[in-house]
Amino acid sequence: MTKIVNNRAWFFVLPVFATVAFSAILPLMTVVNYSVQDTFGNNQFFWNGIGWFQELLDPSSQLGEQFLSSLLRTLLFSFIILMIEIPLGIAVALAMPREGWTVALCLVLMALPLLIPWNVVGTIWQVFARGDIGLLGWIVNRLGIDYNYTGDALDAWITIIVMDVWHWTSLVALLCYAGLKSIPDAYYQAARIDGASRWAVFRTIQLPKMRRVLLIAVLLRFMDSFMIYTEPFVLTGGGPGNATTFLSIDLVKLALGQFDLGKAAAMSLVYNLIILAVCWVFYTVMTNVDAERERVEA
Amino acid sequence: MARITLDHLAHAYNADPRTAEDYALKEINHVWSQGGAYALLGPSGCGKTTLLNIISGLVRPTRGRVRFDDVDVTDLATEARNIAQVFQFPVVYDTMTVRENLAFPLKNRHVPRDRTAQRVEEIARLLDLTRVLDRKASNLTADMKQKISLGRGLVRPDVAAILFDEPLTVIDPHLKWQLRSTLKEIHRALDITMIYVTHDQTEALTFADKVVVMHDGAVVQTGTPDELFERPAHTFVGHFIGSPGMNILPCRVEGAMAIVGTTMIPLHRAYRTLSGGERIELGIRPEFALLQPKGAGLPVQIRRIDDIGRARIARVEMSGRPLAASVPNDISIEGNEASLVLDPNHVHIYANGHLVAGEDNRGRSA
Repeated sequence: MTKIVNNRAWFFVLPVFATVAFSAILPLMTVVNYSVQDTFGNNQFFWNGIGWFQELLDPSSQLGEQFLSSLLRTLLFSFIILMIEIPLGIAVALAMPREGWTVALCLVLMALPLLIPWNVVGTIWQVFARGDIGLLGWIVNRLGIDYNYTGDALDAWITIIVMDVWHWTSLVALLCYAGLKSIPDAYYQAARIDGASRWAVFRTIQLPKMRRVLLIAVLLRFMDSFMIYTEPFVLTGGGPGNATTFLSIDLVKLALGQFDLGKAAAMSLVYNLIILAVCWVFYTVMTNVDAERERVEA
Repeated sequence: MARITLDHLAHAYNADPRTAEDYALKEINHVWSQGGAYALLGPSGCGKTTLLNIISGLVRPTRGRVRFDDVDVTDLATEARNIAQVFQFPVVYDTMTVRENLAFPLKNRHVPRDRTAQRVEEIARLLDLTRVLDRKASNLTADMKQKISLGRGLVRPDVAAILFDEPLTVIDPHLKWQLRSTLKEIHRALDITMIYVTHDQTEALTFADKVVVMHDGAVVQTGTPDELFERPAHTFVGHFIGSPGMNILPCRVEGAMAIVGTTMIPLHRAYRTLSGGERIELGIRPEFALLQPKGAGLPVQIRRIDDIGRARIARVEMSGRPLAASVPNDISIEGNEASLVLDPNHVHIYANGHLVAGEDNRGRSA
């Protein structure tokens, strides 16, 4: 097939290009601009070169130490979230009914947490988990367990994780459910005839067929949890101390709290690069799996 | 190895069947003898797959019993019956190699590993899968996958019957013949009962020793391909089997004479038992209705003549009723007027769709 070269095509792309330039590229360039300068107010800027980046990536400096600990905290959080939500989502999807009126009921109930705005989720849990007036906090304390998410780092972590699981497991479950629904009945029937156990059916039929939606679920849940801001900000404000200060919270503190534009700009660029890198890895893995499949089939 | 008996079997998909229409499968009594090659033929939605799923245990019948030899298996789960099923769309376990796929049913039944390996090799040889044994099953063509599905059934040494649910639907036409002859060879080699569901008469007639024709949830005829062709027990069978199908003409019968419109057709049998209230029809296959130049025979008008390759089929009208007839090779007909000669041995009379036997009166008249 010969490619038709027609430069008029550029003309049609131009509006999109302009929009993207104004909405993404120019703001990003501003950030890049800030990241190489220092300011003392009054819009006076001084060239600082790669100084902020050096400081940021040097764990012995105060900024570097702060950044590294936030990064590790965020990675740990994402890891825990994935380890809980993915298996739990699969389990919920497997337990959901396949037909009948209960399907619609389940789907609506599952979708409800996804429809609640982030800051409302944070507020709900902030109240819910309070030891004095919150139903959960009060009951846990009455059971004799010393629980206080505003004072104890572990309690704060547990609360945020439970909140995120409550908020987002349905997404994983719904994706998996869609994957499960696409499996023809004949597979289950063949498995019964082959005498496969429940576990064997899961391993040999359900899991392989869910692989693609699972990749998407992992990707979405990683990105969302890695960028989490609103809920922990509302719930704990990053505390107690810095126990739940994730990268995003750190960034906002730096940029809007301390007004360290240069440091914040450098940090957000590195943050952005980390997310891009992870997305790239996922994208490559996903397309490679597909390409592999096509290559062998051809 | 088993004889499969269906005893007063019926099935309805809704919980509380009241009328005959509620039944997807109307009452069936049938015996599938050990080692037979059967085809279950009928249009989509006639209950073939339901019947198959009842035999394999995927569906529990509303009424009646299923017996393998003398053992009642109606309440037994699928995996407890020694039966295998091949589905319309090939089912393979994507993540496994062909070898692992074939070994899967034995692994689930905890057959010793060396015995399994040996069985897999045997079956792979039989199905010509040896050279792909170590490839991933998901990357093979549809006919290979269908062979793997079949292989998973055959690999079990105790399997008594293999059920096929339209297994060639997704296979390329030129491979269909090949796969079907593989099935025939396996049937001859292994002495396994095979039940083959299809809506394609060619598949049914070439595969099976005995064809069970189903229509609207009921079995209308069971017989060899020849019997179905020569003596259709129901107008549906006459119409469904053959291409073109049997001509079905509303008529009146008086003794040994059938009257279609104004045309009198002499019969070889007399029908005294027909009462007035029934729908009486005459059936004649196009193969036994020969077109001749105008003269002796029944007068007809030719509408058109189709060349279908191995034969010519004339579309004619007799007393205003359309029918199909064969045009012998050595005949050329001018104009629209012609005659039709029917083979009286193959003229059948149907009452309310069912074949009426009639009494042979040739002895008396001769």
